[in-house]
Amino acid sequence: MSTMGTLNLECVTCSFPARGINAGYTAVADVDLDVAEGEFVSVVGPTGCGKSTLLNVAAGLLAPTKGRVTVFGQNLQGVNTRAGYLFQNEALMPWRTALQNVTAGLEFRGVAVAQARLHATDWLRRVGLSAHGHKYPHELSGGMRKRVALAQTLILDPKILLMDEPFSALDVQTRSLMENELLNLWAQDRKSVMFVTHDLEEAISLSDRVVVMSAGPASRLIGEFAIDLPRPRDVAEIRLTPRFVEIHKLIWTALRDEVQKAYAHALD
Amino acid sequence: MKRGTLVVCQIGLFVGLLVLWHVLTATEVLPKFFFGEPLVVLMRVRDWFVSGKIYPHLGVTLIETILAFLIGTALGLVFGLWLALSDFAAKLLNPYITALNSMPRVILAPIFAVWFGLDIKSKVMLGITLVFFIVFFSVYNGVREVSPTILANARMLGANGRHLLRHVYLPSATAWVFSSLHASVGMAFVGAVVGEYLGSARGVGYLILQAEGVFDINTVFAGVLVLTACALVLDYAVTLAERRLLRWRPGSVTSNAS
Repeated sequence: MSTMGTLNLECVTCSFPARGINAGYTAVADVDLDVAEGEFVSVVGPTGCGKSTLLNVAAGLLAPTKGRVTVFGQNLQGVNTRAGYLFQNEALMPWRTALQNVTAGLEFRGVAVAQARLHATDWLRRVGLSAHGHKYPHELSGGMRKRVALAQTLILDPKILLMDEPFSALDVQTRSLMENELLNLWAQDRKSVMFVTHDLEEAISLSDRVVVMSAGPASRLIGEFAIDLPRPRDVAEIRLTPRFVEIHKLIWTALRDEVQKAYAHALD
Repeated sequence: MKRGTLVVCQIGLFVGLLVLWHVLTATEVLPKFFFGEPLVVLMRVRDWFVSGKIYPHLGVTLIETILAFLIGTALGLVFGLWLALSDFAAKLLNPYITALNSMPRVILAPIFAVWFGLDIKSKVMLGITLVFFIVFFSVYNGVREVSPTILANARMLGANGRHLLRHVYLPSATAWVFSSLHASVGMAFVGAVVGEYLGSARGVGYLILQAEGVFDINTVFAGVLVLTACALVLDYAVTLAERRLLRWRPGSVTSNAS
């Protein structure tokens, strides 16, 4: 029986059937994960541990082989309409300008064009791209494209935010700028966030709670750590505090063995 | 190199080739009877346009070409989208598409002439069969290669099946259509001219056929020259449309001006 949480994954297992010469493969096994209202949860784990699979299950893009997902106490069927998803790869429609990309979700929901544009203009301003609304994605820098994607998702005011290493393609400086910006936006209305990353420092500096996954295949959750660092945070500065280092050491001990396993597995 | 210089060089090369042709035939290195004379060819072209004799023929050929081009492209786009999105239809029709595509379709021209008559209908049909497959295959492959992330993102933003078709598949397919249109222009001309060549009472193909009948090699070249010029103009029109519609593509013209 599920508690009335914002997002609950219960006993989720995802297997992919054998296809041609590829043997069958179980990505994640028996994962229980709850994200409370207004909570920022990060999922960390070695490469290939099925973090993204878990996120796709939460998004309703992938049906779990076993187990179930509930959103606000209701069984999830089809795409999770209460959630916004920020992808690792380029997800903007290249044939739409920045502004048109931001209005897309509103258009799909039948909002009048003029109203959608007004709303989108405001969101472009909030992510600092007022002057770039008329540009196409290929005319924007990587960081700007992420900002557009952020505005595109947040304009729909989702109660849940799913993020799949959204900043991994950015350079270090742009990345910490974007992380701070994300925290600022998040602090305004405290959405429930499920943030997937392989970068432990990023996970700790952003989250309320960090969940560690074992190496694949058939990854499980092997640890859970509350992050009691004070907010508001500056992601660059908080990394220098003693408490951060302490937490990092703690989680890294749990993660290290799994990373080594994953590495050994990749060499097989 | 500046654009202006390039155009001058391109024209210079054309003139150079004409001069070479002229010199070779004037000195009888190449027999005039078989290779024609560029000056006579140019005179013939001028006479056609001055006397207006060419207009009804050229008009018919251009109408055939443009109709074949437009209808073939539209059909290729629709079928390409349909088969790419319907797995069952793709599997069902796959052997037929392959068979039709590998068939030498020019051979259909006489059959089309019987079915659709000797007027423009049979030529347009022939052109369509040539244009269709080029556009079809490029749309079909293009749609299947739409980024899964863009699709997933659109679905997360609330797009239903119709939205996906209109806002993701169609714009993505348009890019692929244009990549095939330059080849299609040539094919549409082939359809029209071969059709005329095999049976008609009008058109540039008909003019060429008549000239060949009396070994008037200069008129044949004049016809070829006029058709080539028209194909270049049509190809340029495609380029202009491409620049306008695909402004979003990296590497395309980015400024709003011009």
